[in-house]
Amino acid sequence: MNLSHYYVAFLGIVSRELHRFFQQRTRLLSALIRPLLWLVVFAAGFRAALGVSIMEPYGTYITYQTYITPGLCCMIILFNGMQSSLSMVYDREMGSMKVLLMSPLPRPFLLFCKVFATALLSLIQVYIFLALAQLVDVEIDFMGYITAIPAVFLIALFLGALGLMLSNLIKQLENFAGVMNFVIFPMFFLSSALYPLWKMKEASLWLYWICHYNPFSYCVELLRFALYEQANTDTLMVLIPITCVVVVLALASFSPKSGGRR
Amino acid sequence: MINKISHTITTKLSGCLALALLSFAAHSAELAYVTNEKDNNISVIDLASLDVVKEIPVGLRPRGIIFNKEQTLAYICASDSDTVQILDLATDQVIGELPSGADPETIALHPHGKIIYTANEDDALMTIIDIESRSVIGQVDVGVEPEGLAVSPDGSLAIVTSETTNMVHWIETKTNTNIANTLVDSRPRAAEFTKDGSQLWVSSEIGGTVSLIDVASKKIIKKFNFALNGIHKDRIQPVGIKLTANERFVYVALGPANHVAIIDTKSQEVTKYLLVGRRVWQLAFNHDQSLLLTTNGVSGDVSVIDTAKQKVIRSVKVGRYPWGVAIRQLSK
Repeated sequence: MNLSHYYVAFLGIVSRELHRFFQQRTRLLSALIRPLLWLVVFAAGFRAALGVSIMEPYGTYITYQTYITPGLCCMIILFNGMQSSLSMVYDREMGSMKVLLMSPLPRPFLLFCKVFATALLSLIQVYIFLALAQLVDVEIDFMGYITAIPAVFLIALFLGALGLMLSNLIKQLENFAGVMNFVIFPMFFLSSALYPLWKMKEASLWLYWICHYNPFSYCVELLRFALYEQANTDTLMVLIPITCVVVVLALASFSPKSGGRR
Repeated sequence: MINKISHTITTKLSGCLALALLSFAAHSAELAYVTNEKDNNISVIDLASLDVVKEIPVGLRPRGIIFNKEQTLAYICASDSDTVQILDLATDQVIGELPSGADPETIALHPHGKIIYTANEDDALMTIIDIESRSVIGQVDVGVEPEGLAVSPDGSLAIVTSETTNMVHWIETKTNTNIANTLVDSRPRAAEFTKDGSQLWVSSEIGGTVSLIDVASKKIIKKFNFALNGIHKDRIQPVGIKLTANERFVYVALGPANHVAIIDTKSQEVTKYLLVGRRVWQLAFNHDQSLLLTTNGVSGDVSVIDTAKQKVIRSVKVGRYPWGVAIRQLSK
């Protein structure tokens, strides 16, 4: 086994995932419909809701659409990460996953390639969403789109690995409705995606602390700053170690047998 | 190929850098003076850094502010002190007063720089003050609650808007007599002449409109309405109004609607609304008109608009209830 084998496997897995994604047009559509509904319908009613305070990284007043855009990008990444991690669990019983796991390369590496490919797909979806968001006057400077790439990637790695870890550890979560109710919705709502944390604090202090310690808040804030060409070191200091831990746990807890548990 | 790309990138980058430096140079020597109605002082913003660099205490309830022609002195309406104060911009000291009559709110300088006009809201008067002798040389009866003032570029006409009578009063400056009145929508506030003096733009706060008036016939030739998604019509209250030098765009501050509207004079339509702070009141351009500053009374800040991009780039915290703003160029 030398590096070129790893490279070939990596390219193979990633290009296969990309290929599959672009053949499933409905998947792209459904991935975009959800955040677009939030942006166009939900945010429209709150247009003037946040024009009362200037907060970092925004230098001036912003519309609600602008505020929730980073949160919705993270929602796309969250859905995509959870979905593909869960499908990976299903897949291990049959078809391509079995073939994949027969490879002589170490299993964690193969799984990492899968998570990486998922991250790449998340990136593509996020940028299609951001392009569409411009139509409702969510203005981001060109440089912001560039500086957001590493942030989106880090978040996608984290959430993809988290999904994989959860699906390995918790057997009951194998159906997607369960994941929606117990993972995606709480993570999304109990974060700074929809309202800034100071607003949460006004409503309830314990809610504020939950949101404050929710790792998803860190994802949202990292991306929010990155879209405005700023590196938020506070969130990076938290997200990078957490991502490393979750990736290691996810790769280590994966079992080729069904049932999710070792 | 790669060479070509890297070359394009370098040229673009160096272009950006040069632009940044240029704009830095253009802004570096400009200061914005913002009157804070409730703090009885002036916040001075450096336009290069967009930071408040100092605060200057002045009289009670400062509102309208203008500079003399040489930009060495500022005249400030200290409304509750019932005076127009003279601020020496070199020393930041109030060095004297002009007799303004009660409750001066806005002031305008005659193009020759020797006479100042001020509106006395409570007495329904326009007062004409000679700067050199610091004395009142005339008063003209106008409508109830006079507010906005403008002097035509050739200096032959001064206009006053009266908030309760809802009129634009045309005053001939040679004789200081009211020669005509034009009825506009309710509560007219600010007014601005076009460069050739042939047209006058007037905002109506309660009426929610901006009127374009032909100066020769003194008749309204066009009225502009504003509509903002999610904001009730009653909150759209046009106040401050500014024309770009090329007269292509007119910026209108919409008060409690928290937006600045941009009217394209070519298409005669409102083309854009920019979100700024709460209760946006007065506007001022910097020297090259690359920036437009707005005073946002309720939120206590000044929003800075990049006029080339037609985008708000920053909101700067100042004192409580900023009202007027004037921008001074330090070196020419």
